[in-house]
Amino acid sequence: MKPARFSYAAPTSMSEALALLAESEDARVIAGGQSLAPMMNMRLAQPELLVDINRIDGLSGVGLDAGSLVIGAMTRHADLAGNALVKAHAPVLAYAAGTIGHYAIRQRGTIGGSLAHADPAAQLPLVCMLLDARIDATSSEGVRTIEAADLFETLFTTTLEPSEMITSICVPLLEPGHGWGFRLFNRRAGDFAEVSAAAIVFNREGEAAVRLALGAIASAPFRADDLLPEFDPQDAGWPTRAAAIVAEAAPIEDNARMPADYRREVLQALLEDVLRDAMRRA
Amino acid sequence: MIVEAYERLPIALTVNGRSYDVTVEPRRLLSDVLREDCGLTGTHVGCEHGVCGACTVLIDGRPARSCLTYAVQMQGASITTIEHHGASGELSALQQALHERHGLQCGFCTPGIVMTMQAWLDENPEPTEEGVREALSGNICRCTGYQNIVDAVLVAAGRQADMRKAGK
Repeated sequence: MKPARFSYAAPTSMSEALALLAESEDARVIAGGQSLAPMMNMRLAQPELLVDINRIDGLSGVGLDAGSLVIGAMTRHADLAGNALVKAHAPVLAYAAGTIGHYAIRQRGTIGGSLAHADPAAQLPLVCMLLDARIDATSSEGVRTIEAADLFETLFTTTLEPSEMITSICVPLLEPGHGWGFRLFNRRAGDFAEVSAAAIVFNREGEAAVRLALGAIASAPFRADDLLPEFDPQDAGWPTRAAAIVAEAAPIEDNARMPADYRREVLQALLEDVLRDAMRRA
Repeated sequence: MIVEAYERLPIALTVNGRSYDVTVEPRRLLSDVLREDCGLTGTHVGCEHGVCGACTVLIDGRPARSCLTYAVQMQGASITTIEHHGASGELSALQQALHERHGLQCGFCTPGIVMTMQAWLDENPEPTEEGVREALSGNICRCTGYQNIVDAVLVAAGRQADMRKAGK
């Protein structure tokens, strides 16, 4: 299928890109295009103007700054998955990035694009919520920092303004004592998740805590810490019990491919694995 | 500079080291431009939404779906298509192994598989079967059931390793 006609610009500077976004009524930013281009080919999206940010220098790469990873919006999934800093300080993010789509898709798709696209089944929105990431959105007015928890409104909808683009993602470092788990269930390797879950367990020197995020089951990924029963890192049966309690309480929407009841059973099984993985690695 | 929707922009595409002067409107997919304007019909067009992998080419050395790329984006990029393989007159190790192991039947998906798996093998020179299957999951083959393709990729990896050793 072919996209509808659109105008195209490939600015070489941020100021030029931001001016285009500010001036145009119906512009979309294209980074890797691995979600936007299929939607345009199927004519589910028909923007008037594509602003291609691939020619702007300095938008990709990973650095360390004041206890956080700072990730450029144009960092491709394959580079995120293979990055030594990400593997060391946010291994759940590296692992999840390596599960996105297929090999060729990961060479093109970007973290900023995935967050802006806000697919409820996508890996990076889920993991950014889990890690309390902060997202920098830039417009010609300046930079605005958005907590991941405040970015995803609903299906394919964020709180970004049309004149804003994501420029970087700031991820607090996981310290020793943190363990992680991430699992997704899909019907075919590389396909969208039907259910996904990610957890972080902290267990050190008598202090213990757990964070949980769920994806693909509702119109946006969400944090489910409050659904968990009290955490006892000494209790080997805790993951099983917690999985049953969270799966029972979690809001799960029906979708065309899988009834909610079935997804609830899958969620329970995934959760048990995710929580066990996180406890084991902590 | 904005290229208007109805405007046709002359661009120079670098494909397999050769320059092609083409004139495209922004919405033209790279897959179509390669086939129709450059005459490089080895790149196949299947699903046109990034699922089947038949149109996979290399952009600056990395595999990419040419149906999810607009030709207008490719000014200054280096594109490699299946025509690059075997340009010397000999099959590559991967092509030879696909031939020997009956890793294709109708062959429609084969160019995309060669492009994807060669790039993947270059990055993963000592692959496991599981790794091959994961990497291959982005290329749909409706004939073979994949077993022979997996075998062929593993055979090619072994031969490439032998060639590297012999080279040292």
